[in-house]
Amino acid sequence: MNYKLIFNIAKSLLLARWKQTLVAAIGVTFSITMFITLLSFMTGLNDLLDGLILNRTPHVRLFNDIKPNKHQPINSTVTYGKDYNFINSIKSSSSRQEIYNSGAIMESLTKDVNVMGLAPKIIAPVFFNDGSIDITGVINGIDVEEESRLLHFNEYVTTGNPLDLKNVSNSIILGKGLADKLIANIGDVVQITTSKGERFQLKVIGFFQSGLLEFDKTQSFATLGTVQKILGKPNSYITDIQVKLYDIKKAPALAREYTQLYGADAEDIQTANSQFETGSFVRSLISYAVGITLLVVAGFGIYNILNMMIYEKMDSIAILKATGFSGTDVKRIFLVIALTIGLFGGTLGLAFGFLLSSVIDQIPFNTAALPTVTTYPINYNPVFYLIGSSFSLITTYLAGFFPARKASKVDPVIIIRGK
Amino acid sequence: MSDIILEARGICKYFYDPVKVKVLNEINFSINKGDFVAVTGKSGCGKSTLLYILSTMDTDYEGELLIDGELMKGKKEKQLARIRNEKIGFVFQFHYLLNEFSVLKNVMLPGLKLGKYSDTEVADRAMEKLKMLGIENLGMKKANQLSGGEKQRVAIARALINDPLIIMGDEPTGNLDKKNSEIVFDIFKELAERYKQTLLIVTHDQGFAANTHRIIEMEDGKIIK
Ligand SMILES: Nc1ncnc2c1ncn2[C@@H]1O[C@H](COP(=O)(O)OP(=O)(O)OP(=O)(O)O)[C@@H](O)[C@H]1O
Ligand SMILES: [Mg+2]
Repeated sequence: MNYKLIFNIAKSLLLARWKQTLVAAIGVTFSITMFITLLSFMTGLNDLLDGLILNRTPHVRLFNDIKPNKHQPINSTVTYGKDYNFINSIKSSSSRQEIYNSGAIMESLTKDVNVMGLAPKIIAPVFFNDGSIDITGVINGIDVEEESRLLHFNEYVTTGNPLDLKNVSNSIILGKGLADKLIANIGDVVQITTSKGERFQLKVIGFFQSGLLEFDKTQSFATLGTVQKILGKPNSYITDIQVKLYDIKKAPALAREYTQLYGADAEDIQTANSQFETGSFVRSLISYAVGITLLVVAGFGIYNILNMMIYEKMDSIAILKATGFSGTDVKRIFLVIALTIGLFGGTLGLAFGFLLSSVIDQIPFNTAALPTVTTYPINYNPVFYLIGSSFSLITTYLAGFFPARKASKVDPVIIIRGK
Repeated sequence: MSDIILEARGICKYFYDPVKVKVLNEINFSINKGDFVAVTGKSGCGKSTLLYILSTMDTDYEGELLIDGELMKGKKEKQLARIRNEKIGFVFQFHYLLNEFSVLKNVMLPGLKLGKYSDTEVADRAMEKLKMLGIENLGMKKANQLSGGEKQRVAIARALINDPLIIMGDEPTGNLDKKNSEIVFDIFKELAERYKQTLLIVTHDQGFAANTHRIIEMEDGKIIK
């Protein structure tokens, strides 16, 4: 096959009608631009919203739920142990939320090849005293460094240095909402009362803004040691172990395994936040649908141009066929025209899509809920560009296929006789 | 004779629209190498129809057509295209040049398609043909910038590019004035006499026909002479 000749003829036909082909190419460019921009932006937004929760959620959380003991005494008796016993009004047993033997569990988890890291935590409900008013809240005792490394804690501290928690004794970082309620500024001292009635004074060294307003109205952070001291517990006392895995998909299986292994409750991220995946999925779906619709419209543009071109070039097609070009040759010529439009328009579209998304990436986007975000989020995933270029070629091929087939079927006798 | 280039054996052709009409009825004849043949007859007697069949573009007929000793029946569209490319040159009443291309490129196209020679060789050969027809100075012009007579000469050059076995023409002078008709006729004459080119030309022009070697006269789809 003489492809050089076919390309040559295709080029001449294209250039002879360059205005129309330009319009067709611009259609493709426009749709690919929008496709890329839309997906980059939507995915950026998705990542942002997911990150809001997912970044800060451990993949597996080990804790002790308050619940009735599974091993009731009657089941251990020789006489009734094998029977099915109905017991009324069971109360939850010891309110111990401490993870038993936490040191050994953490050591064993660190050795697990699936585990990227772990951050121990103490959750302590307290009252913040503001004059005569008590505000219920929670102090989270954390390991600042690990919490920052694994769960991006530092990114959400908007004022103050998170590491000061370690350096300043009896210090606390307040949720912004909580701080506003307490009218507390940096350097102020807030008073808290534990559930056991002990009073403590803590120095405010920073504010925390998670993006979830309700969350910020109740939460505060201190070091593990500070919280242990407040609660009057030994330094092995821990209520949660937050585990970050290398592969998030393994979380449910590992959570089950850990429950067995360590005798503590384990919750995986998928169970805790199942609604988020659905939201992301629907948003992506909408972006793809819009992008592909645009491409299909562009495809019809190409289809029209080619049909018109073929109608205009009937004589040329007839003479090409009369002088020895086969139907296949003619079909290839028009397919090359279609694909050239697709390739040219598509490549420009990718470039413009990239440009437009970088422009959006520069637009300021400040919201109280998202302190770490200053501009609109964009995800520059190369996969979008791959999909965009393949789709532009596929649609232009399909748009070109039918007109090209029509051209290949032109009967030169009818055309020549028709003159 | 062993020099038969084209042979028609009992060719019949029907049109079905609107009713079944037999347009060609048992056409039998052969053309030898170097023949300069004119096909004449009243309008509507089936000359063009016959030429389209002989040129392999129309495959819907009964009977047998042999070109260069090869039976055309049952050949695929691609093979027929190849035969047209290699062995048949066309000149139509309307010039059918491709306006997107220069004159030279128009002449070259069938040669490039054949792929027997390199691109530069094809260009040289095309120039040679244009020179032979006295229009070498037009080579770089666009096809739509030419006069009717010039266009027809370019079409003849294009027909010659692959040194075809036979050149077929359907009223090639039908659209030209007297002077241009004469020029075109002289070219055909020279091709036949000097280059021993085989020619089969459908014409209305009695003067034209009278000057050829042989006249095939048709009436109502039959050859009468
Ligand atoms: N596609 C067609 N469908 C039906 N009838 C047709 C068709 N094409 C041609 N005919 C008829 O076939 C007959 C022969 O037509 P043809 O074009 O071969 O005549 P011709 O000898 O070339 O005439 P002219 O000298 O005017 O060109 C005519 O009667 C014409 O009406
Ligand atoms: Mg005719």
